[in-house]
Amino acid sequence: MSENRGDVLLSVRNLVKNFELRGSKGFRKTKRIVQAVADVSFDVKVGQTIGLVGESGSGKTTVGRSILQLIQPTSGEVFFEGQDLTKLSFEELREIRRKMQIVFQDPFASLDPKMTVGSSIAEPLVVQGVEGDHETRVAELLELVGLASDHARRFPHEFSGGQRQRIGIARALALDPKLIVLDEPVSALDVSIQAGVVNLFADLQKRLGMSYIFIAHDLSVVRHIADQVAVMYLGKIVELGDKNSVYSHPTHPYTKALLSAVPLPDPKVERSRHRIMLEGDVPSPVNPPTGCRFRTRCWKASDICATQEPQLTVRATGQQSACHFPE
Amino acid sequence: MSDSVLQIRDLRVTFNTQMGELRAVRGVDVDVAPGKILGVVGESGSGKSVSFLAAMGLLPKSASISGSVMLDGQELIGAKKKFVRSVRGRLLSMVFQDPLSALNPVHRVGDQIVEMIQSHQDMSTHDAQKRAVQLLEIVGIPQPDERALQYPHEFSGGMRQRVVIAMAIANDPKVLIADEPTTALDVTVQAQILEVIQTVQQRFGTAVVLITHDLGVIARVADSVNVMYAGRNVESGSVQSMFDHPSHPYTRGLLSSLPHEGVERLQPIAGFPPNMLAPPPGCGFAPRCAFATDACSAELPALRQFDDLLTSCIRAEDLRIRSNS
Repeated sequence: MSENRGDVLLSVRNLVKNFELRGSKGFRKTKRIVQAVADVSFDVKVGQTIGLVGESGSGKTTVGRSILQLIQPTSGEVFFEGQDLTKLSFEELREIRRKMQIVFQDPFASLDPKMTVGSSIAEPLVVQGVEGDHETRVAELLELVGLASDHARRFPHEFSGGQRQRIGIARALALDPKLIVLDEPVSALDVSIQAGVVNLFADLQKRLGMSYIFIAHDLSVVRHIADQVAVMYLGKIVELGDKNSVYSHPTHPYTKALLSAVPLPDPKVERSRHRIMLEGDVPSPVNPPTGCRFRTRCWKASDICATQEPQLTVRATGQQSACHFPE
Repeated sequence: MSDSVLQIRDLRVTFNTQMGELRAVRGVDVDVAPGKILGVVGESGSGKSVSFLAAMGLLPKSASISGSVMLDGQELIGAKKKFVRSVRGRLLSMVFQDPLSALNPVHRVGDQIVEMIQSHQDMSTHDAQKRAVQLLEIVGIPQPDERALQYPHEFSGGMRQRVVIAMAIANDPKVLIADEPTTALDVTVQAQILEVIQTVQQRFGTAVVLITHDLGVIARVADSVNVMYAGRNVESGSVQSMFDHPSHPYTRGLLSSLPHEGVERLQPIAGFPPNMLAPPPGCGFAPRCAFATDACSAELPALRQFDDLLTSCIRAEDLRIRSNS
């Protein structure tokens, strides 16, 4: 399969993930279902970045992990280079996993403190049985992420948060992946350090041509790095499209409210702009509202929103949104 | 400024650790004007939280503290423990990042507010209960009389933080210190909590110290700002000036490392913050600063006035000319 920037690398179709909540009422066991991801579909193109944004409980992390089959989706398909990952055997998955990697949020928890940085980075090579000189490859990877090759002999505790995140990235790059899921990769870092890691992601993509799924709650970072954006709310995509359309002309009320809630580092803008204040918190996903899930906090909601679930529909500015009363 | 309700002078905090003396705060001045919001911004390890924990007398014994903290004309450093305890929660109160750890899980939230009131004021339980419900209403909790009878686990994260704010303002404090009050919350909830803090400030004239790492939060609500780095104030003054023409290279670096609309490439600050067990001599930022000269490492730069900013950088004049041209 020849690949060009712009071809579809990954297609997610009708992805659903339910979690069971086991509890008890007196002596009786109870079982409740949490629908963490409720019918999510999107594409990721070769060499591009899609940003998944949303608040806690929106299901963005679960989407990332379901794609990699780190958790098994309840239903739906995930096509990677045309192959449905949900139908593969364990062995087949292991083979294809070398093309898909993940970088986690917490650089302190994702590295084994007892392993040298070099052996952590080489681990995927060992697991996948890659032949050749691992030491040279590790040195190459360390330099690729802006560290020195002699750092391979050191241990994680000798590094700062930003450096550890770079080590995690080097490990994700070890097998030349085509797709990397970045799960809140800069949220734990201070802003001055964060900027360097964001630049690194951009540079690596330009050089190596892989695709990213960038999961974050920080909308300004996503605006900077993504090509496409999917805004999630309570397990559903409410708005999906080109970054510029979504940020400049949000059509879903939730996207609008979310964008207006983000504090911008400019006092003149902050003090003059109109802010949409949403009431309350995100409802519990155990018991999501009927119809449109956002309606309980939406200022535009009317009867139809409670009875009929809005579907993603293409709008004039190019993106899709799921709302009966789009902007 | 003598009209400050909270005035801190040359505050120093040193922790005695197994690895040596960790100098977390190295001479910080703070002035909080009555009824205004002071934003304190800095990265992790800059000493922003430790400074105010020290001011409230909440640090462990391993910390040695010197300097002066004047609250409404009364000195808190070196004062009797009993006195500091009577001030804390009455004149000076604090809101932390994690609301769940600030609440007792086995008591109703109303009772916790009543306890807060009665430990500082001579008020009947009946009146205190009425006051508690009123406080819950002020911080925007719907059906406050029913919610007062519930336990913390029955509240969402944002509602819990409102309860904590209600407790903090229960005794009408002069100063409310909020340490990263919205960091654990979602953005739409953050917006609500910032609004509650502003309501309290405007309605009761409470001065607020808002500690945060988010420059956007500062831009939204603060009147003045202190930028901290390596245990010192590197720049302080009006919020508008800080954003319009920052004079300290660290403040500038911080602003340009943020993603802005239309910026192709971010500009990170090189290197990382110093080890406070062995802070660099002279300016703490010098090792990461693109404008540093030998003189920067020779001695601590003094705070100097530029328009309405106090800046601690010996090269501030050169930088200001550069940014204007």
